[in-house]
Amino acid sequence: MSKIQIGILAVQGDVTENFLATMASMSELGIDGTVIQVKTIEQISELDGLIIPGGESTVIGQMSLVNGGLKKIKEKIESGMPVFGICAGMIFLSKNSKDKVVGNVEQPLLDVLDVKIERNSFGRQKDSFEANISMEPVGISSFNGVFIRAPSVSETGSDVEILAKFNEKIVAVKQGNIIATAFHPELTRNISLHKSFVKLVDNLN
Amino acid sequence: MIPLSGDIPDSKGVVCGKINSNSIVRGTSTLKRGFAHMLKNGVVMDVTNVEQAQIAEEAGAVSVMVLDKLPSDVRKAGGVARTASIRIIEEIMDHVTIPVMAKCRIGHVYEASVLDETNVDMIDESEVLTPADEYHHIWKWDYTTPFVNGARSLGEALRRVEEGAAMIRTKGEPGTGNVAEAIYHIKKVNEELRTIKSMYDSDDKQELVKMAREFKVSYDLVEETAKIGRLPVVNFAAGGIATPADAAYLMSLGCDGIFVGSGIFKAEDAQERARAVVLATTFWEESDKVKEAQKMIDERQSLLGLDIKNLDLKMQERGSTV
Repeated sequence: MSKIQIGILAVQGDVTENFLATMASMSELGIDGTVIQVKTIEQISELDGLIIPGGESTVIGQMSLVNGGLKKIKEKIESGMPVFGICAGMIFLSKNSKDKVVGNVEQPLLDVLDVKIERNSFGRQKDSFEANISMEPVGISSFNGVFIRAPSVSETGSDVEILAKFNEKIVAVKQGNIIATAFHPELTRNISLHKSFVKLVDNLN
Repeated sequence: MIPLSGDIPDSKGVVCGKINSNSIVRGTSTLKRGFAHMLKNGVVMDVTNVEQAQIAEEAGAVSVMVLDKLPSDVRKAGGVARTASIRIIEEIMDHVTIPVMAKCRIGHVYEASVLDETNVDMIDESEVLTPADEYHHIWKWDYTTPFVNGARSLGEALRRVEEGAAMIRTKGEPGTGNVAEAIYHIKKVNEELRTIKSMYDSDDKQELVKMAREFKVSYDLVEETAKIGRLPVVNFAAGGIATPADAAYLMSLGCDGIFVGSGIFKAEDAQERARAVVLATTFWEESDKVKEAQKMIDERQSLLGLDIKNLDLKMQERGSTV
């Protein structure tokens, strides 16, 4: 088996935190691989897995469009590369997003995850919260969910599996090789979600 | 995992509650500092109305900062500069999807409280406005909304973190279009970080204690900062940034992102310039892309700028020195 290479999309947002969580996951799992921060088409082409971090989805989308990264990422995901989208990353993966207050806003999306997103679904920063989340389908019974101006999934397509809900809102989903969460595992000490993503990449390699 | 150095977990700004039957907690350092982490590698733009806020959002700004007047106009107008009209802040909040920040006067506990009630995403306790208390900054642990503060040195940055700031920016010299002071401030912070890091690496506790006394902050905060070798919160560049090259240079010095004040909306080519500054911030490591961004702006349309030596008002020196 060859060494796996996981990229963290380094356009905007909390790249370093995901980089460190992924490094720690690989070392705990004893999986041989590298983690790199990626921005260019060339770097993205080489990847076995990609994490799209938290940040502002409008910025990550627009700047990925500028250098052709968006098209390349979409191509890679459609040909089976596992991807993990967090908060802004979840929005960027979706096919449709709408802001809770402002409504429809034009923003570049990857259109690979068959869900509709409600942005800023739980309110503004003052309403951001931490709460205990359960993700039974992936064997994680308790997880500290850090929700920062978080989105939620308002509609899912038939191939989408719901991994977690909070207060009746869908906050984590899986569709084939795509995992997406509305909360930020990289801001906590718990790397179990990053570990399951690394395992997913490793199994496919 | 993000650094939580200096955290006061049971402060007044931390609020436990319930959504239906689910227990939640708001205003923790993970949430406040985490919010700032989401802004990294982004550009926050000063705006005074909805139209500018929408231009900023379309250009790729990560957030907007609402002021009554842009810093260079604050200079020209003189008088007392206060927090912006709440109605304008709310109108902007209703029209853009990105986070909205607003400034309050240094030490003005109730301007902060008004902004906290308004639900802005972050409060900037800013030297651009006229200080309301010459002896104290706001005790920011009392608020659920996160704060950003300016700093010219590591000691000043850590004093603000100890008071509860969730993010730091350099002060620079606002409203001048002159980037020299911002460059000086970030280089100074970097140099001081290298100094305390080497003290930590050589296990020289005596020197670290001396630094804590000099910085006028707790020993623990100095030690934890020395250990990680960077500020325990996100650190942006601010003050005098006017061009894409300015932004890229500050990113290369290790800043986590950029605040642009008068630089964009006091220029004649605001729309192109806003986009160009975002591009240069995102792709600062690729010099060809920075050149392309710089080419989008016309120097004849830049904010004329001011020589810092001849200023009547140095905003960076305002407010309590401790």
